[in-house]
Amino acid sequence: MWTYEKKLMYPVKVSTCNPTLAKYLMEQYGGADGELAAALRYLNQRYTIPDKVIGLLTDIGTEEFAHLEMIATMIYKLTKDATPEQLRKAGLAEHYVSHDSALFYNNAAGVPFTAAYIQAKGDPIADLYEDIAAEEKARATYQWIIDQSDDPDLNDGLRFLREREIVHSQRFREAVEIISEDRDQKKVF
Amino acid sequence: MTHSLSKEYYRDLEEIQAVDFVLFELALYLDTHPTDSQAIKQFNQYALYSLKLKTAFESLHGPLRFGTPNRNEKVWEWSQSPWPWQV
Amino acid sequence: MTHEKTPFRRSFTPFRGLYDPCPPLLKKTYVVPPNLFIGFQPPDFPQFSAIDALKTGTLWTPFYDYYDNPYKK
Ligand SMILES: [Fe+2]
Repeated sequence: MWTYEKKLMYPVKVSTCNPTLAKYLMEQYGGADGELAAALRYLNQRYTIPDKVIGLLTDIGTEEFAHLEMIATMIYKLTKDATPEQLRKAGLAEHYVSHDSALFYNNAAGVPFTAAYIQAKGDPIADLYEDIAAEEKARATYQWIIDQSDDPDLNDGLRFLREREIVHSQRFREAVEIISEDRDQKKVF
Repeated sequence: MTHSLSKEYYRDLEEIQAVDFVLFELALYLDTHPTDSQAIKQFNQYALYSLKLKTAFESLHGPLRFGTPNRNEKVWEWSQSPWPWQV
Repeated sequence: MTHEKTPFRRSFTPFRGLYDPCPPLLKKTYVVPPNLFIGFQPPDFPQFSAIDALKTGTLWTPFYDYYDNPYKK
């Protein structure tokens, strides 16, 4: 089970009223390499991964939901006081006519989320390599959003999230080493 | 019911976010280094510290964790604003 | 945290054809993140303070890589 804490993982701030940035952020909300995909991918793969790395997939998967909440907070803050006209100018008219300013699991181009974005091959090496690739793709997506954004406070939160992908990738690489290890050779720390 | 948030609210919250962040990082490290007793010791120190900070925060600003006692027997505080995305 | 010169960038110059319409970017940069070079994390890795760890997004200083738009003037 999971329980809720009434706090964000990181203090999210946004300094400019710029709904266009909300549109870009949807890539990390409902996109192929976004936080929802990440959370669902790891928390689903963990049932069939070797016991030694179940804890890691559980903890990283849980953290991805905290990231999803941060992205949602950014989108919420950037759109909550925007008029229909401002949303139209931001390229969000198509979103508005279906959802008003409700959040939805779309990518930046408005394509709805699909389970086809994630994989579970049941082969531990294939799954962990998929996870490493997913982290690098999420890191790259954060870079491209930072490149498009001139909001310093928003970029501060995005840099935090990008850095998390680096640490996650590191841990998944270590997980590959752990499950590749010969049972008879003990790793000394 | 809306109340504007004090500077202390943000300061106290950020302190908790920092301490809990160390816990997240140490947990991921320990998931792949389960016999590093130095890291376990540090994790335990921060776990106690986090508990202390959260208990103090909740007595001032209201509930943070699900399942902690409600301060007020007349009003259910858990479901009151602000929610994390509102602050 | 400040923007320091990072060792985690590489660049290349894309081939330029005679009829490419845009003025050349000269250098195309990409990131080679710290996790590529560290291997299995050794014990006693240097750490940030709790508040700097939160600010940077990692507890461990060798994993830190500040990112900014490389094409910004
Ligand atoms: Fe991640």
